[in-house]
Amino acid sequence: MELTGAEITIRCLQEEGAEYVFGYPGGAVLHIYDALFTQDQVKHILVRHEQAAVHAADGYARSTDKVGVALVTSGPGVTNAVTGIATAYMDSIPMVIISGQVPTYAIGEDAFQEVDTVGITRPCVKHNFLVKDVKEIASTIKKAFYLAKSGRPGPVLVDIPKDISCQKTEFSYPTSVSIRSYHPAQHSDLGQIKSAVQLLLAAKRPMVYAGGGVILADASKQLTELVRLLGFPCTNTLMGLGGYPATDKQFVGMLGMHGTYEANMGMQYCDVLLAVGARFDDRVVGNVKHFSQEKRKIIHIDIDPSSISKRVKVDLPVVGDVAHVLNDLLAELHGSKEKPDQQAIAPWWAQIKEWRGKNSLVYKKSDEIIKPQFVIEKLYEVTQGDAFITSDVGQHQMWAAQYYKFDKPRRWINSGGLGTMGFGLPAAMGVQLAHPDAHVACVTGEGSIQMCIQELSTCKQFQLPLKIIMLNNRYLGMVRQWQQFFHGNRYAESYMDALPDFVKLAEAYGHVGMRIEKPSDVEPALKEAFGRKQQLVFMDFITDQTENVFPMVQGGKGLSEVILAEDL
Amino acid sequence: MRHIISLLMENEAGALSRVSGLFSARGYNIESLTVAPTEDATLSRMTIVTSGSDEVIEQIYKQLNKLIEVVAVMDLSEGEHLERELMLVKVRAMGAVREEMKRMTDIFRGCIIDVSDKTYTIELTGTGHKLESFLQAIDRSLILETVRTGASGIGRGDRILKL
Repeated sequence: MELTGAEITIRCLQEEGAEYVFGYPGGAVLHIYDALFTQDQVKHILVRHEQAAVHAADGYARSTDKVGVALVTSGPGVTNAVTGIATAYMDSIPMVIISGQVPTYAIGEDAFQEVDTVGITRPCVKHNFLVKDVKEIASTIKKAFYLAKSGRPGPVLVDIPKDISCQKTEFSYPTSVSIRSYHPAQHSDLGQIKSAVQLLLAAKRPMVYAGGGVILADASKQLTELVRLLGFPCTNTLMGLGGYPATDKQFVGMLGMHGTYEANMGMQYCDVLLAVGARFDDRVVGNVKHFSQEKRKIIHIDIDPSSISKRVKVDLPVVGDVAHVLNDLLAELHGSKEKPDQQAIAPWWAQIKEWRGKNSLVYKKSDEIIKPQFVIEKLYEVTQGDAFITSDVGQHQMWAAQYYKFDKPRRWINSGGLGTMGFGLPAAMGVQLAHPDAHVACVTGEGSIQMCIQELSTCKQFQLPLKIIMLNNRYLGMVRQWQQFFHGNRYAESYMDALPDFVKLAEAYGHVGMRIEKPSDVEPALKEAFGRKQQLVFMDFITDQTENVFPMVQGGKGLSEVILAEDL
Repeated sequence: MRHIISLLMENEAGALSRVSGLFSARGYNIESLTVAPTEDATLSRMTIVTSGSDEVIEQIYKQLNKLIEVVAVMDLSEGEHLERELMLVKVRAMGAVREEMKRMTDIFRGCIIDVSDKTYTIELTGTGHKLESFLQAIDRSLILETVRTGASGIGRGDRILKL
């Protein structure tokens, strides 16, 4: 039987097992929406802005191992989605975005709601397609899902002109896919594995540095086994949190700009560094020249060859899927006659213990005013460390990363690479849909939340009982912190004046709003909020206005040139 | 250092923009870029002349390989290779200069492919260096226009870039 392009599109999503599609209708996707309407296998979540559709699909993908799906119309639908697509691209999140396009005969004529979607999104997708023949819809969508999920994952966009979506053809979904120019690495070279094991066993001051690649490859089990077997200290990047259990004694905390003292010092002064699914970005190693002053051997496991030796020269590259490579390393270690020598690294651990003694995450407690760190600590206690936490971008993001101890992967959902304010709430919607019975909290600030606050309406429509933990300091806190440190306390436009009454706002959207102003009220309020299992609770925590995030490695500085709270 | 990179890519709309977009987005230098279909109509072959440190060239190589539509990449300058470029030059050719232009064209093994009473159009093939030399050897004030294709390259002997 012949189906329309629109019907084929939806059939493809069904074939791929897509549970949800996050989207917003418009002229160019009307046929596709019509095809959605006549089935109930793929559920559509109507957002209030296309950016949120993509973030929600992103949150869904990050908290599962599935591909997120978003559907937007041409022109402004796509341009609104670009922020979400770029966010997913920077963090390598598997996603398929289907966009409507003006009819093929109108392309290039500056038609109503026309933009060059493939051109606009090209630098922020893993790949994109413009479908010009209805017969190619099925094979293109098959390729899109395959590309999104395999190798280094990423968003893939499929642009479908309106006339193509209403033309008809026979439908058959391809059972397999092969792209002659695309062969993502799987297993790595055994010689490299052997060399890596030798280096690791000979280390006197070893360090394991693991990033988002561990989460994406579902390799945290292997990483944990390897780190424990070796007895080495392990740090996670912002993207890697939960990849190694944060409550484990071998975990030295997050590293980087706001990483712990022990993680950054360990990174700087180790003699053998095992980098796993991480990319030495500027927020992690700071000044590369300063980092390279210390001599160390670097083993770098990554699925993307272009991540290797991009910023930091690597001695032993191991290209392959992180899970496969770690399995190979474990097998090699188990088979090796030589065993990890804990005596040999004991002095190094003593040094790390001394660094830990600095207690770099300590902050001044208060009975009068709510410290933002305190809220995160209480959030951790009340949820027993078992919630899914999404965040926006800024100080609250760093505090959530520092004080919520993630023991499991895919629990910490944040925009690490692009740093997208407005990510937290829509991402949390995707997470909650993927995990209907789980506690899902969005840690945010009064700046970030207002970038996608319209999604409170979506949450009402789909009964998503999120808990919004807003740390309200009446400043764009991270901007203000930099202005305090580097711009002579001149707080240019970082003050959030004329804030709405968030309690009333939450109520206006049909949710529960709470304002918390006293430290003693923090825990009872959180308990009450998480007790309301069926309701979204918006918690406006009035926090210390000028609290700063420490430790801090300034941009352009080296990892050992860290500012601690006690230094000021 | 100057590098000449050859690549095979799917002969599809937009593939060129993926390559040129990559170079501009990442701040890589393009000295010249040529592209045309091969004997296999599904494939285009591109030659890019670029320059950069070893680290930058390594990244260019890896980033090109990462593009989904790129089938194969080879840094020709890593081994023995040939490169050729085509140039068309229109020159003023009147009176005494007319004979002189013909002679210079012969010396550089070029040919005159269009003649008018006032001009010659000269076709010249060779390395970029040879084309430069020709332009320096003739009187600059006689040059009316110049068009160059940019280099195309191929490996010597058994060095073959194929699917």
